[in-house]
Amino acid sequence: MKNQRIIVAIVLLALAAAPWIGISDYIIGVLTMICFYGVFAMSWDLLFGYAGEVNFGPSFLIGLGAYGAGLADADLGLPLPLCVALGTLAAVLGGLLLAIPALRLRGPYFGLITLVAVLLLQDAIVIFAGTTGGEIGLSVPDILSVNATVNFYYALGLLVIAGTVLLTVANSSFGLILQAAGQDAIEAQALGFNVVKYKIAAFVLSAFFSGLAGAMLVFYLGTASVDAMVDIAVGIQVIIAAVLGGRRTIIGPVLGAAFLIGAGEILRPLGQVSGVVVAAVALGTILIFPNGFLGLLRGRHSA
Amino acid sequence: MTGLLEISGLTKRFGGLVAVNDVSFDVRPGEILGLIGPNGSGKSTVMKLIMGIERPNAGKVRLNGVNLAGRPTYEIARAGIGIVFQHSRPLHRQTVLQNILLGLLPDRLTAMRAGADAIAHATAIAGRVGLGHVLQCLPATLPFADLRRMELAKAIARNPLVVLIDEPFAGLTSGEVKDFSDLIVSFRDEGRAVLLVDHNVKSVAAMVDRVIALYLGEIIAQGHAADVMADETVRRVYLGGGITTHERPVAIFANTQPILAVKDLSVFYGKAQALEKVDLTLHPGEFVSVVGLNGAGKTTLFNAISGFVAYDGAIHWQGRARTGQSAAAIARAGLVHCPETRELFGDMSVAENIALGGQFLPGPERLERQAWLFELFPILKARLQQSARTLSGGEQQMLAIARALMMNPQLLILDEPTLGLAPVILGQLSDALKYLREQTNITILLGEQNVTFALPHADRVYVLEHGRMIWEGTPTRFAGEMAENFLQA
Repeated sequence: MKNQRIIVAIVLLALAAAPWIGISDYIIGVLTMICFYGVFAMSWDLLFGYAGEVNFGPSFLIGLGAYGAGLADADLGLPLPLCVALGTLAAVLGGLLLAIPALRLRGPYFGLITLVAVLLLQDAIVIFAGTTGGEIGLSVPDILSVNATVNFYYALGLLVIAGTVLLTVANSSFGLILQAAGQDAIEAQALGFNVVKYKIAAFVLSAFFSGLAGAMLVFYLGTASVDAMVDIAVGIQVIIAAVLGGRRTIIGPVLGAAFLIGAGEILRPLGQVSGVVVAAVALGTILIFPNGFLGLLRGRHSA
Repeated sequence: MTGLLEISGLTKRFGGLVAVNDVSFDVRPGEILGLIGPNGSGKSTVMKLIMGIERPNAGKVRLNGVNLAGRPTYEIARAGIGIVFQHSRPLHRQTVLQNILLGLLPDRLTAMRAGADAIAHATAIAGRVGLGHVLQCLPATLPFADLRRMELAKAIARNPLVVLIDEPFAGLTSGEVKDFSDLIVSFRDEGRAVLLVDHNVKSVAAMVDRVIALYLGEIIAQGHAADVMADETVRRVYLGGGITTHERPVAIFANTQPILAVKDLSVFYGKAQALEKVDLTLHPGEFVSVVGLNGAGKTTLFNAISGFVAYDGAIHWQGRARTGQSAAAIARAGLVHCPETRELFGDMSVAENIALGGQFLPGPERLERQAWLFELFPILKARLQQSARTLSGGEQQMLAIARALMMNPQLLILDEPTLGLAPVILGQLSDALKYLREQTNITILLGEQNVTFALPHADRVYVLEHGRMIWEGTPTRFAGEMAENFLQA
């Protein structure tokens, strides 16, 4: 555990120093995207790894954050921090609206409902294209910064804050109860815990960071679009990153995101094929090492 | 003294099945009450109803006069009822101490850190149940008895007024049973009310103050353990007859070509050898029992024969060496395995489970076979639309056998069909086996640790011990040569 903290600290310091060792703005941009996807994947792991619920709709929460913030900026012209706050709020409220009925169901229904939610949001954006920009996307007048390094620090800061909060929660008594609820809900209830309450709280926390990161991503990219933030494929990327990195670790999913985004960029010259290669490698890794990158590292240590 | 826990008119229906019918009793503080009954008697359902895991259709569950029936489980737990499940899933990444600590945490979202006093308390509880030396171990490294101790510790962590314990001694050695009995008695001495749920009155007789016997969802007897054991109705429900064997002459089968011949079969799980050069021969129409204690290797042997695990050695099926066939192909060829765990499709109805077994039969033959099975197991016909999960243990076993028979087996492997079933059900299963032996030409290979069930219909018996076949012969010879050392093992 202690070693792990030191390694994380070194990696973070190295990342913080990265813009000053003469790497290109392009690489900084890739690192920025890794930070955003890292937050998405970490938030997802809290639900999957700890609460035992498979949320197929991370992009529902991301999309609510993104379009909430985007519309507040483009239509209402509110100041940027307020737009981000409104986007986050939209994700939290939307998440609550989804989770409260869905988490009362047993079996695979929670996952299915979250999947449908993504499709609904996607349809809604297309139907109300007049307001949302539809499939073309919604351009926002404000951006975080024109400077790639400053943008990167925003994203890195978000990653550090989200990681700290999620790890603290996961390792707290709350996290312990959440894991018990995920593994054996009946026993957790027999020990006196209102299981649904904990799962809803975990969902809200997951929605908060997904929405916050989605909102900030809009002002990094300068646009809110279905392809980048809402599409099922975005959600799948997040899920693969989290599983690939290591379930129930919070940190692992960041590694998974780094691999997915990084490999995608490195293989970009291959065109369409790059996606296939990255997906195949991810699939192979999950098949051979179901505990993910971090599970692999930890397994070595204990062996 | 009035009851601490008062149950009145408790009723639960699953579809048309009345699992618990108007059950009333109470448990006083400082009392151990045994709730006994064969599988399917409704005792587990009563426990779930008290704990709120199932909702009663009618009746009251009063704790200190407050009715808790229909309330969610976590509220019932907080009101002061704790439960020790027979099967539970501990937190595998957390230590024993953290697992116990879980039982002490408040039900608050803002609970971030367990205080020093909570840790001290958890440590004390661990010491009390005998886990003091493994506090920092992970559950996966603990032996079975210690896992049960951990469950006891979790259940009493919240200081419940009433403790429900499901099958307190299942899977424990006699020394461990003594420890657990002492612990349970100490709960009583602290003034808690303890409800033990078990299918066998004998195992709890020594420590209970009173016993209630359930059968088919109703109370059939209550009082002191000795009185309940002596009760006429209870004896009828519980006790079977002595063993009479009915083997057919060996000569009938001697000249036939074996339907299955196993030679030098060995199976390894990693480094551990589960089976060592086992030989086994079955002739068409023969009924052969393999007896052996838990862990002797019976299930491994059957799994190898059915192609579920890899093995060394040779298996000849109907005279031909079998190589590289999938488990599905083996089953289709007529070697059908009815596993110990039954493996029913829990969410599917009885009718659907049976229909799945008959997928490869042409329509008319399927219907004919189904009708034949309903004669063999009439109870299944009454339960046709019920989902398999809601059947009692005995009914599930019958369904598992019926589904296997739908596959038109030439060889039927039955692995521990009596596991956890009451004698009255064993009687029905035994009748079914007798019928199969006498009225059909299906070859039967039965694995059992229950010798009284394995012998009566067998033509031949094998004894498996620590992965080796140590004896083979007729049931009659078994009584003289093997029964002594086997039964006392």
